[in-house]
Amino acid sequence: MKKKNSSSSGLGQLLIPLVALGILIVFNLFRDISFFSITMRVNNSGNSVLAGNLISVIDSASELAIIAMGMTLVTAACGGQDISVGAVGAISGAVFVKVLQGMGSITVSSVIIGLVLCCLATIVFKLFNGTLVAVFRIQPMIATLILYSCGRSIAYWINGDATPQLNSPIISSIGMTIPGIPIPTPIFAVLLVGLLLFLVFRFTSLSLYTQSVGINANAARLNGINPTYIKLVSFILLGVCVSVASIIGVCRLGQLNHKTLLVDIEMDAILAVAIGGNNLGGGRFKLIGSILGAYIIQMLTTTLYAMNVAPVNVKAYKAIVIIIIVVAGSPVVKSKLTALWNRIRSGGPQNAQKEGVS
Amino acid sequence: MNRKLIALLLVLVMVFAFTAVNAFADDDLIKVGIINLDPSESGYRQANVKDLNDTFTKDNGYDATFVTAPTADKQLEAARAFITDEVEYILVSAAETTGWDEVLEEAQEAGIKVFLFDRMIDCDPSLYTAAVVSDMRLEGETAVAWLESLGLEEYNILHIQGQLGSAAQIGRSDPLTEKCEAADNWNIVREGTGGDSWDPNEARKIAEAAIDAGESFNIVYAENDGMADGVVQALDAKGITHGIDGDVIIMGFDCNKWALEKVFSGEWNYDGQCSPFQAGVIDEMIKTLEAGGEIEGLNELNQIISVEKGFDAMTICRQDILTYGLG
Repeated sequence: MKKKNSSSSGLGQLLIPLVALGILIVFNLFRDISFFSITMRVNNSGNSVLAGNLISVIDSASELAIIAMGMTLVTAACGGQDISVGAVGAISGAVFVKVLQGMGSITVSSVIIGLVLCCLATIVFKLFNGTLVAVFRIQPMIATLILYSCGRSIAYWINGDATPQLNSPIISSIGMTIPGIPIPTPIFAVLLVGLLLFLVFRFTSLSLYTQSVGINANAARLNGINPTYIKLVSFILLGVCVSVASIIGVCRLGQLNHKTLLVDIEMDAILAVAIGGNNLGGGRFKLIGSILGAYIIQMLTTTLYAMNVAPVNVKAYKAIVIIIIVVAGSPVVKSKLTALWNRIRSGGPQNAQKEGVS
Repeated sequence: MNRKLIALLLVLVMVFAFTAVNAFADDDLIKVGIINLDPSESGYRQANVKDLNDTFTKDNGYDATFVTAPTADKQLEAARAFITDEVEYILVSAAETTGWDEVLEEAQEAGIKVFLFDRMIDCDPSLYTAAVVSDMRLEGETAVAWLESLGLEEYNILHIQGQLGSAAQIGRSDPLTEKCEAADNWNIVREGTGGDSWDPNEARKIAEAAIDAGESFNIVYAENDGMADGVVQALDAKGITHGIDGDVIIMGFDCNKWALEKVFSGEWNYDGQCSPFQAGVIDEMIKTLEAGGEIEGLNELNQIISVEKGFDAMTICRQDILTYGLG
């Protein structure tokens, strides 16, 4: 762990999330080792599913992990956060359900059409945010506050039928497990979105452009990068992430509730970005950090559940741990720790020599 | 000078127009203010709101204003607005059973008649004209009696409570908690609530938390259909079987059509009815009052109680779903 700190080039940013995750794992090892047990069970529909706390962590964090990836991009490019992801997620879920209902029956093709249309609709809403931020230079939090406050009403307007039910094996395959594959499907969705973004970064210069726009938009413009365009692209990618997450959310419960779908996820997503060591003021970013952040948040929740903390009280306990993580990752504490480490390193050999003499 | 004249003329025209519109609006329509909960609450509420919307129409002789508010303070605000607006009747389904005395007294002083529907309010029965409600406690007692009739050795119950403080939650919770205190083999393994809601997602989280903590239970007593469904999703995800051939008994309330289908298919074991159709009864009572008659058939608490059933997966038939299913 100390070695990672000294070689601050690559892992420096990931130090805090990795240490936090490590502490959570060690804590659970000592608390109750059965936390890590995974069993295979057969559920009512006759499907084998993997069950265990670890599976629930990875499964339940899926929506958060996906949105956190998109949020990282927006944060890096715009130097601010989109707080409307939950509300726009509700809209996106409403569009998905509306399309499925309009098509009459739920088949694989209607789900794919629903996914595409829902994705497009979400991108439109995210471009609205993006335009306010990139073209009109409104502070991201203020610009996205608009959809944050009215998004769920729009979702209700799109789908006035308050809590439409979606009963179909295809829906439960997306929300839970595909028959024959015991691993929850949402996990694959995270991998898919992660892979998509990886490929985008691998074969384009988007990552570099995003960072340079985030660090200094004017300098980027002088170097021939169009900041408006880059910011809009980050919002489009966030839109894709939000629509995928909302579909998982709808399919998990088999129904749409415009009030509770992805509720409060914006705060957790911003937190995941922060825990991942990304600068909330824009610039350098690491997607993997945010993904780790998402799993840490869920690991914390599940650990608290396992310790018999009621879901309503979890937020309070979570807050305490998160304060510690965020403070530990703050620049002030980081520079103090680095100074301390340097002093120990420079003083270290002498001490060792003295010990050897005595 | 000329301008002033024209302005004066315009004002006069406007005043006349307003009075004319008002006179037209008042034309024999009965002015009613209806305070309900948000339709997104549950399938029950959707059916309830739709029933009211369909009954209190212009064609039926009403000038009705609908307010759907999810919380007690917003409901009280709406009631005050109706009193200021001088409606003739106020219809309320209260988010919470307490805190209504003052507003109801104000309404009484203003000569407004109040009807309660769906949910009771804790106050003097003289403060409302009539209450058309379900006996939520009876719903709870029926459900607990059904559970007892199964004759299980151990009753380890996951108790999912609805919106805390609502008549439905209190009525459905009390018989169960009393039974668990009285009987040694009845235990509430875990109790959780949707807090201010009947949210299936909250129910799912409570169930996940209980399973993650390694609790074992053989009964899920969820206080509405949506919450029972949320728990079932968690059970399916964790590979725990439920229903007639399963390890866990599933109980819900409200009798949504989709929920009765699940009882019919044996995925759930029990669903308790709760009738959301009070609008017709209230409509009739208002018409009686308007005609100068008196309302009959009220009990000592000024209530009219809907007759309700519970459906068992072993005995439910197709016809029950068509007759009693909501939505």
